[in-house]
Amino acid sequence: MKKLSARRRHPLAAVVVLLLALAATGGLYAAFAPAGTAKADVTAQSLAIEEGKKLYSVGCASCHGTGGQGTTDGPSLVGVGSASVDFQVGTGRMPAQQPGAQVPKKKVIYTQAEIDQLAAYVASLGAGPITPKEAQYDPAGADAAKGGELFRTNCAQCHNFTGKGGALTYGKYAPPLDGVSPKHLYEAMQTGPQNMPSFPDSTMPEQQKKDIIAYVEAVNGDKTVSPGGLTLGGLGPVSEGLFAWIFGLGALIAVAIWVAAHTAKAKKS
Amino acid sequence: MSTQEIPEENLPAGQDTAHGAVKVADNPFADPGLPPHKPRVQDIDERAAKRSERAVAFMFVLSMLATVGFIASYVIFPVDKNVYIWPFGHVSALNFSLGWTLGLALFFIGAGAVHWARTLMSDVEVADERHPMAATPEVKAQVMADFAQGAAESGMGRRKLIRNTLFGALALVPLSGVVLLRDLGPLPEKKLRTTLWAKGKLLINMNTHEPLRPEDVAVGSLTFVMPEGLSEHDENFQTEIAKAALMIVRIQPEDIKDKRELEWSHEGIVAFSKICTHVGCPISLYEQQTHHVLCPCHQSTFDLSDGARVIFGPAGHALPQLRIGVNDKGFLEAHGDFDEPVGPAFWERG
Repeated sequence: MKKLSARRRHPLAAVVVLLLALAATGGLYAAFAPAGTAKADVTAQSLAIEEGKKLYSVGCASCHGTGGQGTTDGPSLVGVGSASVDFQVGTGRMPAQQPGAQVPKKKVIYTQAEIDQLAAYVASLGAGPITPKEAQYDPAGADAAKGGELFRTNCAQCHNFTGKGGALTYGKYAPPLDGVSPKHLYEAMQTGPQNMPSFPDSTMPEQQKKDIIAYVEAVNGDKTVSPGGLTLGGLGPVSEGLFAWIFGLGALIAVAIWVAAHTAKAKKS
Repeated sequence: MSTQEIPEENLPAGQDTAHGAVKVADNPFADPGLPPHKPRVQDIDERAAKRSERAVAFMFVLSMLATVGFIASYVIFPVDKNVYIWPFGHVSALNFSLGWTLGLALFFIGAGAVHWARTLMSDVEVADERHPMAATPEVKAQVMADFAQGAAESGMGRRKLIRNTLFGALALVPLSGVVLLRDLGPLPEKKLRTTLWAKGKLLINMNTHEPLRPEDVAVGSLTFVMPEGLSEHDENFQTEIAKAALMIVRIQPEDIKDKRELEWSHEGIVAFSKICTHVGCPISLYEQQTHHVLCPCHQSTFDLSDGARVIFGPAGHALPQLRIGVNDKGFLEAHGDFDEPVGPAFWERG
């Protein structure tokens, strides 16, 4: 140390100090710089929450309460997660038109950006399922046959074997799955909207949800081909049997009556 | 009622038969006979008959063409080709053409035959007279005499050993048929009362085939499980799962109204048989807000928050609950078999 203190007036001492100071500044900057961008993310996030809160106060608070705590008209939104909001608002079910056995699907009135802001606000109320990324729900490459097995085990009891929907108790129903986007299918399984039970990742992993989406797209999508034609609603033996009994047997009876009613005699009596 | 209260003239006997008499024909049920035969155009006009002949032949030819069309369609169309045909929508070209050609081939055979019979075959009315069925006394006497002679000649009455052994043989023959009824069995014994569930068996998630942990089961979720050791590839899988199928739901413990249900659950995770107690349909149309389960066959509805009590429909008793708990490794396990037979009632169920 003596040597070091003895050299403090060395002509190069100032250069050494300067180098050390620069290194320290650079190191500190490197250490704190990522914190700066994170801060920017947080600001964007809180901005979305702020905007979402405004939208919430206008569109949702009358039923779900000013803080999302729920009222007699609507359930609590604490812990439902952004995926629920994205599904409910993204399919037009929320805001609900009127209370009833079941809130139906209708025209979507919010833009996707507004839905994201609402979702951010509701997600901030309590942790819940997060809106899925495209990689999570994109059915490309998924196993539709495996999805069919899973669909028949978990979904077909209410939604019919090819997703044509069905009736439940006291005016409730399982809606048909025609034209439901893969994202909304995924969110419905994840969150269990209204009376549908949920199928969380712990009991139905992400890959199985993709398989199910691939199956629904295959049997009830835009490009689905029905080799038999005339699906009669795809409801199975009920509509097909009714058609065969009424139109098939009806035609046979009509022909039999026509044959018997037209006499072949030359002189009609 | 005494006859004194009715005025004399209203009594049937008091009516004047001379005025009310109706003239009755000699025999009101006499056979009116057949109406006169009327000819058809084809019977009178040979050209019309020729036309009918050609029409019938034309229909048979159409049938032939349709059959040729059937074979041609089978050769031409690949099995996966789809076409749009109004009003049927998108259909498989092969199915559509095979169905129509075969249908037309059969239809024109029938239509031709009907037209042939109506216009060209004889349509003269024919009556078949009925006759008394009883035999004449002479025939009856002859038969009785023949029988008596046969009986005497066979010695049935005299040779008692033969007669009795014949009766024995005839009496035993039907036993063969009775013994075969054994194949309707064996009796179900205890099979209707027991399932694969037993103490310590893990609950295997039917999606992932992994044992279920309590933290996997979210409130409002629905999971189907099967007993540990059963596999979809087992020969007896269908027989066993038909009794052991189980649905797992999680209800907030304070929402469970039935005390025993809460006791048999694990922190609100309840396990109920998936087999309807009416006629045994698989039942899992679960509504997570009302906790109702609906059977798709006859609309029996059960309240899973109240011991799966029947709240609507024809089912006779509540869905059996399986008592579950957590083992020392943190997996859900059964605490035994169901305490009552699952599925529909049967005679000896009690």
